[in-house]
Amino acid sequence: MGILNAILLLAVLVCAVGVSLTKNLLSAVIIFMTQSLVMCIIWILLESPDLAITEAAVGAGVTSMLMFAALKRIHALDDKERDDDDEE
Amino acid sequence: MTKNNGFFQWIESGSQALDLEMQDSLRDPDEVEQEEAARELDDALMPAERKKRRSVFSALRAADTKRFNTIYRVLAVMLCAGLIAFMLFSVAQMPSFGNPDTLTHSELSSFYARNTIRDSGAANIICGIILDYRGFDTLGESHVLFIAVCTVMMLLRSPNDGEASELDAEDLREHYLEVRHDNILVMIARFVVPVLLVFGVYVVLNGHLSPGGGFSGGAILGGALLLYLFAYGYRRTERFMTIRTFRVVSCCALVSYSTLKCYHFYTGVNGIASIFRRGTYGTLFSGGMLLPLDIAVGLVVACTMYTFFTLFRKGDF
Repeated sequence: MGILNAILLLAVLVCAVGVSLTKNLLSAVIIFMTQSLVMCIIWILLESPDLAITEAAVGAGVTSMLMFAALKRIHALDDKERDDDDEE
Repeated sequence: MTKNNGFFQWIESGSQALDLEMQDSLRDPDEVEQEEAARELDDALMPAERKKRRSVFSALRAADTKRFNTIYRVLAVMLCAGLIAFMLFSVAQMPSFGNPDTLTHSELSSFYARNTIRDSGAANIICGIILDYRGFDTLGESHVLFIAVCTVMMLLRSPNDGEASELDAEDLREHYLEVRHDNILVMIARFVVPVLLVFGVYVVLNGHLSPGGGFSGGAILGGALLLYLFAYGYRRTERFMTIRTFRVVSCCALVSYSTLKCYHFYTGVNGIASIFRRGTYGTLFSGGMLLPLDIAVGLVVACTMYTFFTLFRKGDF
């Protein structure tokens, strides 16, 4: 159990650092989702299933959907090539 | 009470002060264009001497910017390191996990563990604490969530006074074209959405018996609604979920929550027997008041999640 805990905590750290280092905003949101899911497993290991359910539904589900909506709103999801085509 | 009040106008037809068109630039676009053209011409005709001077000047400015960037980065890293050190230090001061001798473990948790089932009839002790012992906090949280939605609605709702502006037309086109009926998404949604809805209802109804409760169940329901929206588009969801539905459902849920809670406080303080009876321990109706409270919280949260997304995406329903 100790090894599993260590791996999961390491994964949270890696994801947290990865979010800030990622240039692509879409990838950053997906890494953020991953971090939430790993946190959810950690909550289960800490014997708090209530928090785990909330973390999975809010952290991984709804928050990332809102982030996707915001990215779409500021046109961050359009790929560069299509933009170039539009300009031509 | 006059109907000219801004608040009533907002209730009736959305905000009006915020509907004013935003100006991109304070200057006339033609003027800006002319200026740019003139500058380009100037650049082309510029003597070599002036050009050189300008390049030197920009190099100096670049050096300044570079220095500023370096200092900024160093300071930012130092601030972050300081904050991390402070947080790690405070974590090190905390009692070790699961240690029975710490203060919080000695008094409060044993009290809750002993008395929750007798006091609230909830098999899930956390639910008993949240909705019974600390029901007042949860009441406040629900209202905070509702106020947050109202604020977001004021800020993000686009004008809908019949005549659609150009921006609206573009948004509308995008939002109807957006549904591409992606086969993979539709097929997965067909299987997953019903399961998610049933699971959400299960989590809400069994909040006092098993892990979960109003908030998590409501979030699952909201997620299921959003998945349905992604797969089938706004036309399908608008059949059952409009701004009217949101207003009616969340207002009813909040009012019933507050009423139930007030009744609960009143009977509790005065020692009157509540009409909500506790059934057999462990059955669906064992929680007495907890079940309707959970349902109210779940409805508010589900509607809020969906509304947030639609407001972000479309600016309206």
